[in-house]
Amino acid sequence: MVVTTSWYLALAAVLFSLGSVGLLTRRNPLVMFMCVELMLNAVNLTFVSLGADLGDLGGQLSVFFVLVVAAAEVVVGLAVIVAIMRRRPGATADDLSVLGG
Amino acid sequence: MDAAVFIVSAVVVLSGAVGVLVARNPVHAALFLVQTLFGVAVLFVLLDATFLAAVQVIVYAGAVVILFLFVIMLLGVDRAEDLGIEPIVGQRSVAAIVGASMLGLLLTLLLVGVDGPTGARGANATLGGAEDNTRRLGEALFTDHVFAVELTALLLTVAVVGAVVLARRVRGPLQPLPVAAVAVASDDEEQSEGGPAADQEDAGEGNT
Repeated sequence: MVVTTSWYLALAAVLFSLGSVGLLTRRNPLVMFMCVELMLNAVNLTFVSLGADLGDLGGQLSVFFVLVVAAAEVVVGLAVIVAIMRRRPGATADDLSVLGG
Repeated sequence: MDAAVFIVSAVVVLSGAVGVLVARNPVHAALFLVQTLFGVAVLFVLLDATFLAAVQVIVYAGAVVILFLFVIMLLGVDRAEDLGIEPIVGQRSVAAIVGASMLGLLLTLLLVGVDGPTGARGANATLGGAEDNTRRLGEALFTDHVFAVELTALLLTVAVVGAVVLARRVRGPLQPLPVAAVAVASDDEEQSEGGPAADQEDAGEGNT
């Protein structure tokens, strides 16, 4: 049995869908962030598998930059969550509607 | 052999992802996330992306998840969330429909589509084997993509500065602020003078 690129892409599709469902259902902002990480990982998997399929280094280079941006996003996002949680402990994503003014 | 490794790590990845979705406790969700990230790292090794596998473990499983756990512990939000409550009526079913249709579309495109994924092979076949993967990546990053690397350095610096500014706790008497910021400032003052509001008190109990 040979593992083809389609297997990886199918796995990444399932992983991405799971992440998006989690993002839509969970209310804890931290868990929502984790679901975003799941989706980013699914995309990374497609980049690497297609890069391997086409013999191109570009896929892995893209994943490198996605990793850096994801790290920056997590740092800023968690700082925002810390700032919000200090004001209003136990806040869920629904409570942030007060930011609308 | 490859198929066995793929199937085992796919099971690890997907069970970890489901765990993130259904874990009531954020700490457990973070640990399930580590499981998924390790599974993806194994798949990277299987695809000869050895450098990215190492970075995946070090940066994601190491730094990012530790950051999540730090924030969870720091804020004391590790109480179990009651997943029985559906805050918006129909949210779960809509989310399930959106997820299922997205999955259906992607899989249809992949499996039923014309002959799976296609594309032109890399013109100069820059992808080497697993043994010189790191060298090739480094050469490409610091020659062809050096400007992008510099930009990511700038991005990381901005992110660090932004995180410090956002998470900073204001102490002592507040400086006079411009009019637009007065509401925020008075809220701050109230907090630093003690006497937390009633809702903060009952929400925060049992954390210490």
